[in-house]
Amino acid sequence: MKLTLAWLKRHLETSASLDEIVATLNRIGLEVEGVEDRSRDLAPFTAARVISAEPHPNAERLQVCLVETADTEIQVVCGAPNARAGMMGVFAPSGSHIPGTGLDLKNTVIRGVESRGMLCSERELGLSDEHEGIIELPDETPVGASFAAVAGLDDPVIDISVTPDRGDCFSVRGIARDLAAAGVGELLPLDSTPWPGTHDSPIAIELDFAPGVQDACPAFLGRHFRGLVNGPSPEWMRRKLEAVGLRPISALVDITNWLTLDIGRPAHIYDARKVSGPIGARLAQPGESFEALNGKAYETDGEMTVIFDSSGVLGLGGVIGGAGTGADDTTTEGFLEIALFDPLRTAATGRKLNLVSDARQRFERGIDNAFAAGGMEIATRLILDICGGEASHVVTAGSVPVARQVLNVRPSRIRSLGGIDIPTSRASAILGDLGFAVSEAGEDAWSVTAPSWRHDMECEPDVIEEILRIHGFDEIPMATLPRSGGIPRDALSAGQRRLRRARRILAGRGLDEAVTYSFIASDRARLFGGGNDGLELVNPISSDMSAMRPSLIPGLLEAAARNQARGLRDPGLFEIGPVYHGIQDQKTAVAGLRTGRTGPRHWSGGDRDVDAFDAKADAVAALDAAGVPTGRLEATADAEAWFHPGRSGVLRLGPKALASFGDVHPEILRSLDVAGPAVAFELHLEALPRPRSRSPARPDLNLSRFQPVRRDFAFLVDLDVPASRVLRAIAGTARSLIQDVDVFDRYTGSGIADGKVSLAVAVTFQPEEASLTDSEIESLSGRIVEAVRKRTGGTLRAQ
Amino acid sequence: MDDRITTIVNDSLDAIAGAGDIAGLDAIRVATLGRKGSITLLMKGLGTLDPQARRQAGQALNAAKDDLQSAIDRRRGELERQRLDALLEAERIDVTLPERPAPGGTVHPVSQATDEIIAILADMGFTVAEGPDIEDDWFNFGALNMPEEHPARQEHDTFYLLPAAGGARPVLRTHTSPVQIRHMLDNPPPIRIIAPGRTYRSDSDLTHTPMFHQVEGLVIDRDIHMGHLKGCLRQFVEAFFGVDDVPMRFRPSYFPFTSPSMEVDIGCSFSGNRLTIGEGEGWMEVLGSGMVHPRVLANGGVDPEAWQGFAFGLGIDRLAMLKYAIPDLRGFFDADLRWLRHYGFRPLDVPTLYGGLTP
Repeated sequence: MKLTLAWLKRHLETSASLDEIVATLNRIGLEVEGVEDRSRDLAPFTAARVISAEPHPNAERLQVCLVETADTEIQVVCGAPNARAGMMGVFAPSGSHIPGTGLDLKNTVIRGVESRGMLCSERELGLSDEHEGIIELPDETPVGASFAAVAGLDDPVIDISVTPDRGDCFSVRGIARDLAAAGVGELLPLDSTPWPGTHDSPIAIELDFAPGVQDACPAFLGRHFRGLVNGPSPEWMRRKLEAVGLRPISALVDITNWLTLDIGRPAHIYDARKVSGPIGARLAQPGESFEALNGKAYETDGEMTVIFDSSGVLGLGGVIGGAGTGADDTTTEGFLEIALFDPLRTAATGRKLNLVSDARQRFERGIDNAFAAGGMEIATRLILDICGGEASHVVTAGSVPVARQVLNVRPSRIRSLGGIDIPTSRASAILGDLGFAVSEAGEDAWSVTAPSWRHDMECEPDVIEEILRIHGFDEIPMATLPRSGGIPRDALSAGQRRLRRARRILAGRGLDEAVTYSFIASDRARLFGGGNDGLELVNPISSDMSAMRPSLIPGLLEAAARNQARGLRDPGLFEIGPVYHGIQDQKTAVAGLRTGRTGPRHWSGGDRDVDAFDAKADAVAALDAAGVPTGRLEATADAEAWFHPGRSGVLRLGPKALASFGDVHPEILRSLDVAGPAVAFELHLEALPRPRSRSPARPDLNLSRFQPVRRDFAFLVDLDVPASRVLRAIAGTARSLIQDVDVFDRYTGSGIADGKVSLAVAVTFQPEEASLTDSEIESLSGRIVEAVRKRTGGTLRAQ
Repeated sequence: MDDRITTIVNDSLDAIAGAGDIAGLDAIRVATLGRKGSITLLMKGLGTLDPQARRQAGQALNAAKDDLQSAIDRRRGELERQRLDALLEAERIDVTLPERPAPGGTVHPVSQATDEIIAILADMGFTVAEGPDIEDDWFNFGALNMPEEHPARQEHDTFYLLPAAGGARPVLRTHTSPVQIRHMLDNPPPIRIIAPGRTYRSDSDLTHTPMFHQVEGLVIDRDIHMGHLKGCLRQFVEAFFGVDDVPMRFRPSYFPFTSPSMEVDIGCSFSGNRLTIGEGEGWMEVLGSGMVHPRVLANGGVDPEAWQGFAFGLGIDRLAMLKYAIPDLRGFFDADLRWLRHYGFRPLDVPTLYGGLTP
């Protein structure tokens, strides 16, 4: 809602400065989005007379002008064709900032002639795109006068963000009323006494609603005017409408716009000669259509309220008028509509047709129903004052509902809800200033009747809020939340804590944490098993963000592609966030991606291409951070289709899949424009074993007195035998003695038969009871070789 | 005899001092103290002397042996140190060469700021609650006193999903406030929770992204009033920014789910591309709050005549922008490595109240 300071002062008698008014508006809940004070930008520019304009000696299109300003005469070079001796123009002295060009003006020499200022065009002053010539001011303008004042641009525009509950503040009047209640001046009276009509309206009105839907338009007032002259509206009105962004059209149309903004009373004026028969309101038939003021055609459904005459639909009640019946320059007879439209129906109509209008904004928030007749009288005076002519008696259909919100309010709630003591007399006075009626209804009991323009009083706290906001939220003393029970409990659940550990572990492993959008392109979602199950957005912001992601990996791949495209090397990223497998199936996932090399090239060597085991290590680290007993994990080679089928796996705890890892499938990389190698992992928190609340006490520590013994073995096994089977076979031979089994070499090629692989394994024995003797070690070794042979077919490699 | 000893000792000491390496030194030792060494041979010859002379010569020989042995040991130590020095000199490296790269990942500012917020509010007794991103209309709007066609809904720019057959229309939650309802339904008061998470609005420009992060706060008890709300927020803001005099503005506002309602702005200035907190004429809105509306309490199964309290929703991204002078919201979700490494945090900088919220 925009208004100007001068407009506000038509309703508010005040000596407060603009800054005070703005501060008060913010303080009472009318948030000022901005103040545009063009007189500030335009301050350097003054009216000046061109004394002489001579051709430039060295340039055909330029003139050398001598200009009379307030203090002196100054020479400027001017290229405008309309510059001539005797005219009044707008002078910009050297040093002034030119709003239209953004430059600071300097003394200069143009083709050998000094120029010490400028005569301005509208474009240079940021007023319009007009640059054909310089601005011409009326001859009688005094030299030195402020251009902003002369042009009526010195009225600051205040832009207020009106909250949805305050329909009454979608009017200058409503804002003035709040300011007056807050002590910034006196609200001026409005003259809405009935204007005696001179004739009966030749146009009748009717309401045609079935029982039960009469509240769609409970009242419709009309008035006929004749003998009108519909020229331009007066300058005071035009300037204010323009200042708040409305294009003046004609006096009659401008007056209805004025009423909407000034007193929050939408109105519509018809050219009476373009209307046939009575005008009325009814629900539309489905499929009726009409052309609106904005030049667009709209089709109705059966829930919308329309205005009609005998020719059909003229407009949408409370939303927009029709193109064919509006007032124009030739209008001499008019018919003014002042009606009440149901907020919900109006909102629904506007939403369905995607139509926002000043009228809809006000009706859907609720206007002052009781002011229908008053609005009619104010409109009548404006029309007669500006357009002349005569007004008919008012014709009325329906009746104005008088229901007001009445609430029981306990004044003690100011203290118990607001945390501040405000004397009841002060509280009652605030309500009175805002138009509420307060009556005592017993001990600590008020009956409060809201004014007809307020529809936002749903409950007792709403009334308390009115008292508090005018008194000032700043006045409420700070209090500290009471602490109950001393030291607070853990704020995080066990599940939340393990996510946080995983995050910092992964960052510690060199990955940068990314936060990517929860939605991705549908076709990419489909590549990762999603893009269905109703997980597509109905109204995505772009096709790249149209489906809820089924996995974090596509977002990380896209991020990697963006980084690669910017020439950033080897992006390694992780993300912890939601993935979606159904409307009610949201999971928290942890995923990481490594690309390119393991690190920058280094003089000592050591960097290499990332591979699936980097991703596996990340996954295991994340699982470990999440409290999973990683020693019991097993890997199987059956990861999802977006992984390389031969270089990926699933980490399982028993039968339960906890994480996938591996090379990303080359087809995926190609379609997401990622340069490989790229390896990824992803795990879902929900699949992990539930964190148990364990005693902090650790199990007993058993330190053997006997030294561990290490023995190395090299086995020849078939290539398709998983290493884990060899390791398990070894570990199973003497669980109490074998502490560790590690693969320290893996070799195929020269010296190894085709289809075979050599696995070198280090086994650590940890005796508990006595040192191992050579013969015991020999015996254990024999059992290990036998177990590997039996379980895997592997043989001890000849030394 | 004495003269011979003296000659041997003096000659040998000269030789020892002149020995250039361990081998040369060993040769001298063998030649004097070895089995056939000159001193050893003289010792063997002692038996031929009379007792008086034998004792004298024996003492002299023992002294000579000790002198030589210690000279040899001393010289050996010197030679070994020289050899080690030479060896180490040969092993000299160029210490100005770059060290091996260490993995240096980062934690995203949204995660860090969330942890900071939790650390502060946990101390005030809040625990962390959660709710889904995909909500139904009731939890996101209806239960929060925003029925269909409520004008406040227009400000939410909601993302919709297709309803299941006969089901409610799912939405991406436009705020974290639905967690209030879910939590109240499952937990009787008193309540003191925060709920951080992703929120979505169909809005994209310089200062808005279609996804952003909020933390919801909810306190329900018997006597909680607006003074507590203001105090809680002031203490929070001062702790979060680590300054005592953050300019704050409590503006009356409107949310369908609170009454009274207020918004909170933090004073800041924008100079060029730089955002500075606590100075200048600008204000950035960082949170909305208010006393929970009686109807919302009732929708959460809480008796509004017996319980009351406040709720707030604060923008995590905006708080992070303000605190860490991050000028552009859009960079948060672009995952540009340069951005992540510039604005990200070291993994061990876990914010705590005892160790500092800010690295």
